[in-house]
Amino acid sequence: MSEQPNPLRDIGDRRLPRMSGPCALVLFGVTGDLARKKVLPAIYDLANRGLLSPAFGLVGFARRDWRADHFAEMVAESVKAHARTPFRDDVWQQLLEGIRFVPGELDDDEAFERLVATLAELDEAQGTGGNHAFYLSIPPAAFDIATDQLRRHGLAGHGRGQGQGWSRVVIEKPFGHDLASAQELERKVSAAFDPQSVFRIDHYLGKETVQNMLAFRFANQLFEPIWNRTYIDHVQITMAEDIGIAGRAGYYDGIGAARDVIQNHLLQLVALTAMEEPTSFDADQLHAEKLKVLAATRPAADLSLGTAHGQYLAAWAGGQQVVGYLEEEGIPADSRTETYAAIRVDIDNRRWAGVPFYLRAAKRMPRRVTEVALILRPAPHLPFLQSDVTNLGVNALVMRIQPDEGITLRFGAKVPATQMEVRDVSMDFAYGTSFAESSPEAYERLILDVLLGDPPLFPRHEEVEASWRILDPVLDHWAESAEPPQGYPAGSWGPASGHEMLARDGRTWRRP
Amino acid sequence: MIIELENTNAGEIGQRILTARDRVGVPTGLVFTMIVVADQCDIEQVVAAATDAGREHPSRILVLRDEDGPTSLDAQLRVGGEVPGDIIELTFRGELTRHRDSVVLPLLLPDSPVIAWWPGAAPARPADDPIGRLAHRRITDAMGSADSIPTLIERAHNCGPGDIDLVWTRLTRWRGLLAAALDQYRSPVRQAAIQATPGNAAGVLLAAWLDSRLEIETRVADVVGSYGIMGVELATDAGRIRLNRTDGSMATFSAPDVPQRLVALPRRDLNVLLTEELRRLDDDAAYYATMATLAARWGGEDDEGLDR
Repeated sequence: MSEQPNPLRDIGDRRLPRMSGPCALVLFGVTGDLARKKVLPAIYDLANRGLLSPAFGLVGFARRDWRADHFAEMVAESVKAHARTPFRDDVWQQLLEGIRFVPGELDDDEAFERLVATLAELDEAQGTGGNHAFYLSIPPAAFDIATDQLRRHGLAGHGRGQGQGWSRVVIEKPFGHDLASAQELERKVSAAFDPQSVFRIDHYLGKETVQNMLAFRFANQLFEPIWNRTYIDHVQITMAEDIGIAGRAGYYDGIGAARDVIQNHLLQLVALTAMEEPTSFDADQLHAEKLKVLAATRPAADLSLGTAHGQYLAAWAGGQQVVGYLEEEGIPADSRTETYAAIRVDIDNRRWAGVPFYLRAAKRMPRRVTEVALILRPAPHLPFLQSDVTNLGVNALVMRIQPDEGITLRFGAKVPATQMEVRDVSMDFAYGTSFAESSPEAYERLILDVLLGDPPLFPRHEEVEASWRILDPVLDHWAESAEPPQGYPAGSWGPASGHEMLARDGRTWRRP
Repeated sequence: MIIELENTNAGEIGQRILTARDRVGVPTGLVFTMIVVADQCDIEQVVAAATDAGREHPSRILVLRDEDGPTSLDAQLRVGGEVPGDIIELTFRGELTRHRDSVVLPLLLPDSPVIAWWPGAAPARPADDPIGRLAHRRITDAMGSADSIPTLIERAHNCGPGDIDLVWTRLTRWRGLLAAALDQYRSPVRQAAIQATPGNAAGVLLAAWLDSRLEIETRVADVVGSYGIMGVELATDAGRIRLNRTDGSMATFSAPDVPQRLVALPRRDLNVLLTEELRRLDDDAAYYATMATLAARWGGEDDEGLDR
């Protein structure tokens, strides 16, 4: 068949939905939290919005002695509990037809033979056309064996002929625990799949508000002129969580805040904040700009001055008495894993030279908040009496990522009924009041993009490696340092060393 | 908070809504003004749909209706609570029914888009209507009139930038499925046929869309049923692609060399249609092309009568 364009599609017809083609999604690790709370509900929401092809199959793979209807029941439960859109019987009927389950272990060849047979049957019965996406919602230690099994059973992309359909793999963070292991992981995955068939999910990049950063920066005239060292004094990027490690001891210990979120989410936010304008929003262009800015990013020369790490201690947090990190179940008493990580990075280019980016990520903070704050330089001259401006801070532009997505602008205004007294006020734009009450979940967008083979929102392995190159020296420094992470009371804004790190530069953290 | 104003004017309404906002602390980030011309239709249902759509796009909603009686204007303002933006219901009587725009104009939100929606009967040329002239986007609904196909064809003859009819919005899912089907079968479509219940405007418009894209003449056949469009069939060189709506919510999809599939294809509620419409306030080129095809196809004997 010739590849002539589809006559029903038209670039001007913007309301015509982007709908996935025929395909099957194979989910490894269906019983995990992520699968139940995010992935399965997102698949249902996509179906409910009419974005999944009628020829769609969903295959669960897990170490459970289940039949397909057990699995379907579990899917229904997780959809009812966690889906964004209401549960509808007709949509469910559509999905149910394509649901299959394969019991087995990852190292069990027979199980993979069954998977091959199940997919062949789906291609036949559902018309999924040999298009398969493998979602590895499993611990990274198991990636290796899973991709290897897929390759050996002819399910991975390599060695497929034309017209046999596509094969894609989806992996979740962490992408390694340092540069060497990330490269090792990349080597294994790329042994089975082509680079363009590997989708690394960083769910932050699927968030509407993160995508809005691109619109904010590149669709407006107002902000670009101040987006440089002439006007910006420094940038603070915060990702605070109010919870502790909450049952994730096995995963978290030995990983810590820097590997868990700075390497991926925070450095991606740095890239989106600091990058130059891409010539288009194509994956290649976007990737090129992000990679350029990450390559120019480096940690402080003296890491003992430009980093801080801490561990939460037992305290009252938000009216609740909570234990310290070392007393959490499953954490060794001598653990040196940091639950608070703060680092200064500098970007060596014309736009940002001399503008530090301070990143901090932590658990057991006073509240849950993620934001990017651009702190402007003070006005060069203030034609006021000193006493008039004692309450005046510096201007700030804050992009709130979550919760309460929006943008805040802080500036000085005259206090009414005074001679002349200037004080800081906030001008707020809340995403939620001007747009959708319920915007699509990040996973909906990302899963649909995987099925469509649309890669702009997924970090490539070069970006992952560039991030590790920034972080590795910091991690080494902490590992070699004689000082353990400094304690901070749970429910506070972090250890003294974190505050001192900014104080040395004559700055302070803003209270988000 | 509900405020009733009798015998009022635009100035007082504007003042009261400002003070009410201060008191209930409703955010001021309203994104547009929607004027609902609710003559001869179910006010409750229309307001519910508009409010629901407003949840996605908080807005000021002006509901206009006429009543008999001596010249006067009553208003009911609703702010805060369940209401995402503010809702102003205006009742016009007497001479004021011919000067509704004079009340509406001062109540439009600054800068932001204005949308006019006629859920029931609409003027023949919405763009020339006094209320329609105030709006950037004029939403009509041929299904809201007694005789929907002639109404839609008349709209097609008068269609201009900014006009849209909800019959088009009803087609989005059908169009999406058909386009997705042709993504799989890239071979020319030789014939197309639609089955729809008699007098169903959506069937006619879908046919016009297929005609405009495929350069064929789609047949529309009347069938007995109660779900509007009941089926679509495309005959391609590779074989037949069929979508059959078996009931009000499910359809079957069949195509060459693949098994028949079930697909959810529910009829969509008014609020869902309106929400989709409000998401897209840019001009819809595909709609204009389709309406032009419809006008050309039905431009025959009674052309003069329609194209005033």
